[in-house]
Amino acid sequence: MITFEGVSKRFPDGSVAVDDFSLTIPSRSTTVLVGSSGSGKTTLLRMINRMVDPTGGRILIDDEDVAGLEPVKLRRRIGYVMQNSGLLPHRTVIDNVATVPILEGVKKSVAHEQALRLLDTVGLDRGLAKRYPAQLSGGQQQRVGVARGLAVDPNILLMDEPFGAVDPLVRDELQQELLRIQRELSKTVVFVTHDIDEAFLLGDQVVILRTGGVIAQAGTPAEILANPADEFVASFIGADRGKRSLHVDAEHGDLARGERVLVDGTGRVVGILRDEPGIASSHGAASS
Amino acid sequence: MTWVLANLEQIWRLTLDHVALSVPPIILGFLIAVPLGWLAHRYRPSRGIVLTVSGLLYTIPGIALFLSLPVVLGTRILDPINVIVGMTIYAVALLARTAADAFDAVSNDVRQSSVAVGYGPIRRFFVVELPLAGPVLLSGLRVVSASTVSLVSIGSLIGVSSLGYFFLNGLNRRFPTEILTGIVGVIVIAVVFDLFLVLIGRVLLPWARDARPSARRGRRAVA
Ligand SMILES: Nc1ncnc2c1ncn2[C@@H]1O[C@H](COP(=O)(O)OP(=O)(O)OP(=O)(O)O)[C@@H](O)[C@H]1O
Ligand SMILES: [Mg+2]
Repeated sequence: MITFEGVSKRFPDGSVAVDDFSLTIPSRSTTVLVGSSGSGKTTLLRMINRMVDPTGGRILIDDEDVAGLEPVKLRRRIGYVMQNSGLLPHRTVIDNVATVPILEGVKKSVAHEQALRLLDTVGLDRGLAKRYPAQLSGGQQQRVGVARGLAVDPNILLMDEPFGAVDPLVRDELQQELLRIQRELSKTVVFVTHDIDEAFLLGDQVVILRTGGVIAQAGTPAEILANPADEFVASFIGADRGKRSLHVDAEHGDLARGERVLVDGTGRVVGILRDEPGIASSHGAASS
Repeated sequence: MTWVLANLEQIWRLTLDHVALSVPPIILGFLIAVPLGWLAHRYRPSRGIVLTVSGLLYTIPGIALFLSLPVVLGTRILDPINVIVGMTIYAVALLARTAADAFDAVSNDVRQSSVAVGYGPIRRFFVVELPLAGPVLLSGLRVVSASTVSLVSIGSLIGVSSLGYFFLNGLNRRFPTEILTGIVGVIVIAVVFDLFLVLIGRVLLPWARDARPSARRGRRAVA
């Protein structure tokens, strides 16, 4: 469990990125921080592993104040994945994944064997192990980034817009992969994005932020969709433009087969509604 | 040609002297310029000082430097140390700015992510920043190497032996063959040094060859 207690961050230049932020992030589930650019998401994330130290309040990991922990040690037991992967360009894929375990004293051969298994976990061909990052596609690099984040078998995985720079198809694939990994490993994932659809897909808990790290609303995707707290949230999730309210198009669809066409408030066709539960979603066009 | 053959032994001896004078400044210059460049990169206030001072150092005329160093260092006027120290100063002057630029050019994403995964500051310098600054440092070092090998000749003016002796002596005797021998000798040394540096680069920076850090995508075919 990660707890923010009245956390503030004022940078030396005077800008206040986060002001009096409190939140509980439950263990073994995914919490998504979502908000527009400059809302303090990265700052919040980096305060967890002490890349940024708060100027007020405190952050607890399992009731232990991180301020009392040695930063380098703390970071080595927390996975971190960022946009553009941040892989070391002068190390091969396998060395990138094995780097932290080796720092931690794991024998090189053991770390490499482990790293190969992690490549399997993130769905990468072992044949890529000896390549340099620049010899991979953007999506492959992100997978390596995830594998590296998992390498120390951390309880906590921090992800800062990890899929922000890949094309939509690859992003879908990576999101599904992350859901699968999370089902298998159940880490405490803190995921940052500015894409609300990604937030609703991945988050057990979704936290919508305004500028200054102010929480506009926190809850499950269903709670937020059903009851947007205010105008800001409604507009952020697209409810104000009718993106989230669906109705059946009476004129089209094959009623004989029990299929009806679904349209959102803006008039865009978003999918097919079937009588059998569970199938409709897989046929629906992605709403993004 | 007959002159060359008749003087092979002296040519070889002066070539060795020339190499012995050139190598220490290149190595020392690198060892001094890299930390200076890193300071200039890391701490804004130091940047102006480091870059201005190193720029000024480079404008000191070589002969003035060689003549004043014995006074400053308390060495004898003919001591090769003077030439080595003087050349080292030039090497630092040339390389400090390049080193600062080299560290500036290391991707901030990579630096941040190495912090994030738990590299401490010292390890980060040696394992991440220094190698990533490597290609730019290497290109700077190649310039320094060529310039040192050619400038070392000036030492002959104050009587420190190098291939520069052939220029002076050839000029005095109005004997072009001797001058040419000196020039060719200097060029050969410079080229050999350069090849050696390129080779070191190949060995130490294998990743820099076919994969530029900026190439984010589309190079997947490179096996
Ligand atoms: N090192 C810093 N020094 C000064 N101000 C900073 C620093 N880092 C962030 N800020 C400021 O803090 C605010 C929040 O920044 P942060 O990077 O946390 O936003 P973000 O939500 O991650 O944005 P994005 O979606 O663009 O990544 C911004 O106004 C930013 O300018
Ligand atoms: Mg950010």
